[in-house]
Amino acid sequence: MTQLIIIGCYLGLLLGLGLFASTLSRKTSGDYLLASHSIGPFLLLMSIFGTTMTAFALVGSTGESFKEGVGVYGMLASSSGIIHSLCFFVLGIPLWRLGRRNGYRTQIEFFRDRLESDKIGVLLFPILVALVIPYLLIGVMAAGGVINGVTSGIVKPGDDGLTVIKPTFEPGTFPEFLENGDDGTYATGSKGGVPRQVASLVICGVVLIYVFFGGMRGTAWANAFQTIVFMVLGIVTFCVLAFKIGNSGLPPDAEPLSFFDSLKRASEAIPFEKATRSEISQSAFLTYMFVPLSVGMFPHLFQHWLTAKSAESFKLPIVCHPVFIMIVWVPCVLVGAWATSDLVKVPPPVQANPNLLLPFLVKSQVGPVLTGFLTAGILAAIMSSLDSQFLCIGTMFTQDMALHYGGKERFSDGATTWIARGFIILVVALTYGFSLFEPRAVFTLGVWCFSGFAALTPLAFAAVYWRGLTKAGAYASVLAVAVSWAILFYQSDFAADRDFRVVIPYRGVAYETMPVLTMFVCSAVSLIAVSLFTKRPADETLAKFFPAK
Amino acid sequence: MRFVVWLIVLGLAVAHQDVWNWEDKTLVFGFVPVTLAYHAGISASAAVTWFLATKFAWPRDPFAEPEADMKPPVPRAMGRPKADEFEGAPG
Repeated sequence: MTQLIIIGCYLGLLLGLGLFASTLSRKTSGDYLLASHSIGPFLLLMSIFGTTMTAFALVGSTGESFKEGVGVYGMLASSSGIIHSLCFFVLGIPLWRLGRRNGYRTQIEFFRDRLESDKIGVLLFPILVALVIPYLLIGVMAAGGVINGVTSGIVKPGDDGLTVIKPTFEPGTFPEFLENGDDGTYATGSKGGVPRQVASLVICGVVLIYVFFGGMRGTAWANAFQTIVFMVLGIVTFCVLAFKIGNSGLPPDAEPLSFFDSLKRASEAIPFEKATRSEISQSAFLTYMFVPLSVGMFPHLFQHWLTAKSAESFKLPIVCHPVFIMIVWVPCVLVGAWATSDLVKVPPPVQANPNLLLPFLVKSQVGPVLTGFLTAGILAAIMSSLDSQFLCIGTMFTQDMALHYGGKERFSDGATTWIARGFIILVVALTYGFSLFEPRAVFTLGVWCFSGFAALTPLAFAAVYWRGLTKAGAYASVLAVAVSWAILFYQSDFAADRDFRVVIPYRGVAYETMPVLTMFVCSAVSLIAVSLFTKRPADETLAKFFPAK
Repeated sequence: MRFVVWLIVLGLAVAHQDVWNWEDKTLVFGFVPVTLAYHAGISASAAVTWFLATKFAWPRDPFAEPEADMKPPVPRAMGRPKADEFEGAPG
């Protein structure tokens, strides 16, 4: 119960921050959606970093390291340090300049203008929303799983069948189907903790409230606060777990090891295949480099870019982002690898669902007070992404659908804000509904979602740097992504096959590649081929985006 | 220098594919597997590289007036009058 009280206090604090930020609001839709372009370097760094680091970074990386070993860091973290900053540099800055000059609020407004295509939004909007939903799902699922994991008891066989020892809630507190799960074996039940369905709902509610009241300004403040929380508590978690795991299994009368010796003992116990990349295909590792390109097309990141006060504000995020990734990922990956050693006894349900590894370790290795704080840190990482995504999809619907096709004169500024809020609730309800079904691994789902966005990135690059991009080329590229993504996702049994790869045979050798490569190539080739044979936008349009030679 | 910065970025992307560490279980400082330590180094190097990029390869606004960029700083005594020095400005 102690950890639940701490989590509750943290959520209350967050609501207070959102409400405080709302008192700073200028009460205009421009302030609600883009914080009146007033965000400076520090807040931009923290909000962009908080937004890109989600459950995927903490819960997902720990779980994936447990499954695949420490090579996970190279697959996504170090490559992101290079590629994310590259995207901020070559896309973020020019798009911010174009956005400020031409008054864009969303990606679709930019593409519509750049391509002289009124209907590009009709094609792009559902695809972007469909790709954001799995991203939201990652956060909603992980939040429920983490809260349930740290508040649940231990299931043991008793005289009357299975019983739960040390539950937070007595049996009968929640409906039976939530407590006992689908089959009555507790496998999917709450095990005496907060049911994951209830926990997910509470987290969605808290994020919705502070996004509704604070808008982008509240979101940026909350993101900065939460980023600090999860970075600090992440390091604390790492130190505590290192000490506990490094000292586990010692004789009862032995002197406890020092912190440094604990680190050494824990790492020496990592099996060979988890301490190296012996089980990771080199070609798959290489093609993972395409996945972080997704930040170039994340609609919520585009919106964050537009909040910047000046182009100079980008310098700090560009430089610090790789180091911040390192600070968060290295401890998580090490902890996941330590859990593969004989020093940690991971129960079968956790082995089967790597999303549960971090909450399991936190709960089993530290006391309830620290567990509460550390859980708050994990939730901070999750919520700092959910809020931007919620706000972004609301903005997109309002600007790109309701106002554009419904007519700007039909809605007042206040009504615009309420349309955004209404659509946010609709999408959150949809996402929450999906989260109630069979959970997928956070990492796998994340990679599919990021792959879709990454495959759309050639469109963003071409729109900024290539005069030859045409409307037809853009449509061909988006459709190529949609079709290739759908086919490959279907072939992977809707992400159930965690190790799905596209195998490319070459000179008798079969090279395993990530699906993102196929999608990216389909997108880029379609874009270039069709653009070369179709009509370019008018010179007056191009003059808005490219200076006269 | 701009060219050098982009060359370093490319070099980082190539260095990222460190096949020579693939099956090396050495522990750096006694507790960090070498594959993890190497890639943490890639992250740190990326930060340094992007710092150089912001110093030497910062993208100029293509729509900015070229004359404004090249104009030497105006000495303060000869600079534009402050707002309240305009004729008719409130005193």
